[in-house]
Amino acid sequence: MPDSVNTAETLREEAEAQAHAAPDGLPPERRPAPEDPADKTPTPRPKIEIEDVSFWYGDNKVLKGISMDVAPHQVTAFIGPSGCGKSTLLRCINRMNELIPGTRLEGRILIDGQDIYGDADPVMVRRRIGMVFQKPNPFPKTIYKNVAWGAKINGYKGDLDELVERCLRQAALWDEVKDRLNDHAYGLSGGQQQRLCIARTLAVKPDVVLMDEPASALDPIATAKLEETILELKKHYTIIIVTHNMQQASRISDETAFFYLGELIELNKTDVLFTRPSNPQTEDYITGRFG
Amino acid sequence: MAGSPSVSAFDAPDFDERVSARRRKGLVFATMLFIATVFGLVVLVVLLVDVVLKGMTYLDADFLTSYPSRFTERAGIKSALVGSLWMMGLTALFAVPIGVASAVYLEEYASRGWFFRLIQVNIANLAGVPSVLYGILGLALFVRYFALGRSLLAGSFTMALLILPVIIIATQEALRAVPQGLRESAYGVGATRWQVVWSHLLPVAAPGILTGVILSLSRAIGETAPLIMIGALSFVAFLPESVMDSFTVLPIQIFNWTARPQAEFRELAAAGIIVLMVLLFALNLSAILLRNHFEKRRAG
Repeated sequence: MPDSVNTAETLREEAEAQAHAAPDGLPPERRPAPEDPADKTPTPRPKIEIEDVSFWYGDNKVLKGISMDVAPHQVTAFIGPSGCGKSTLLRCINRMNELIPGTRLEGRILIDGQDIYGDADPVMVRRRIGMVFQKPNPFPKTIYKNVAWGAKINGYKGDLDELVERCLRQAALWDEVKDRLNDHAYGLSGGQQQRLCIARTLAVKPDVVLMDEPASALDPIATAKLEETILELKKHYTIIIVTHNMQQASRISDETAFFYLGELIELNKTDVLFTRPSNPQTEDYITGRFG
Repeated sequence: MAGSPSVSAFDAPDFDERVSARRRKGLVFATMLFIATVFGLVVLVVLLVDVVLKGMTYLDADFLTSYPSRFTERAGIKSALVGSLWMMGLTALFAVPIGVASAVYLEEYASRGWFFRLIQVNIANLAGVPSVLYGILGLALFVRYFALGRSLLAGSFTMALLILPVIIIATQEALRAVPQGLRESAYGVGATRWQVVWSHLLPVAAPGILTGVILSLSRAIGETAPLIMIGALSFVAFLPESVMDSFTVLPIQIFNWTARPQAEFRELAAAGIIVLMVLLFALNLSAILLRNHFEKRRAG
């Protein structure tokens, strides 16, 4: 893995500089997406730029030259039938696929204009771009340690107790666990565990949160709570969510991308994509004719 | 069914079911399995009873605190017992860190190429190499080349080599059993490889690693051949004071006694076997207790 400390440092310094430059005095984790003052156009600069990304598992090409932009502070949903590459693309955005031997990526992914591959340090990338997985997978530790661990290993200098409380509140879990922070995380219900995983992700102050079918293992009530949480989170974070549930995509997302066989078929405003899709394949999928 | 009213739900004209014959076969099979299980148990119990009956005459506090002697009534197992404990301690000290470290490297760091496969195949083969070969290696390498002599150090290095492959394989398997989701979630919050290994993988894999370590140590405690090869003494009337001292261990002492013509020495050997078995049992028990302790901590 090519690690360049220099680039990682630059990345961090720039992120910090932007944080300090925030004019509204918000703490860094609440700061809006960095915007060029000269660029006050209605469409803000994209948070994530995916440029001609192809991806292979061994010889199997699962992403075929995908290019798309993701706008800041909104929820973008990835939909498509199983095996269409939506989860793979999501996992490329925080370099999670690198952990799987025998994979290869071509193309570029930029966050705030900076290439997250090339010389960037994957550890830095993953801290800035958090991920919530399909199956709730808290650490086999206490609730408190689940949230605090990531911050601690990344050298968080603030008050850990305060951070844990704030993240658990943001993940809408605080009221349910505040009296038992030192209980083991495995004692929580599936929905609570998933919100704990969100709190854990927020604790390292990412600015993008990726969610890979976060509600697929949850019951409808837990799902509704999770969706509320996601809508709340988009004020502070850019969120991409992979989902098999099209109602969910239409409820919570601002933009929706439809993938099929490793290609991006259509990217559109969610209400447009679900009511007047411009591509016949999208229409077939959302009306249930295939997939 | 609706289409062919003459056929009831249980009739299956295409099948010759012969349920009772199949059940009889199953019963025969189960009986054979039971006999096989009981056979092993019976042999074990007979051996144990035989050893205990023979050995009880000599097994007392004096036996544990006396040095070996030409006179059976004064002979004891002190130097062999202390030697075995030294061996175990030193062997674990060398083998566990190296074994666990190799396994972590192979599972979490090494890229999966031809080199990885070469090492993997060799480790698996080494685990099956007869222990006497390790003795020859130890003799050539540690005793002669490094000039450690017939010392505890040479013996425990040799034993460490012997159990290293087993520890590596057990640790690799324990690491492989850690769910991939745990790795991904730890990497996902910006952990480095080292932080993932130290804070998550090793604690979760600890019970499996411990089991492998203690099972391999129990194998080492019963090994005689490699230590005879490197020249462990069979008559030691002193305790080792440093790792450079010569030594003996329980199995060698037992072997030595059984080789004597007098029947009394065979009873001494039986007493030695009881001591060895109690030590083994204590080791295995501690493995189980430790594993339960770790697993409870994980679940609780």
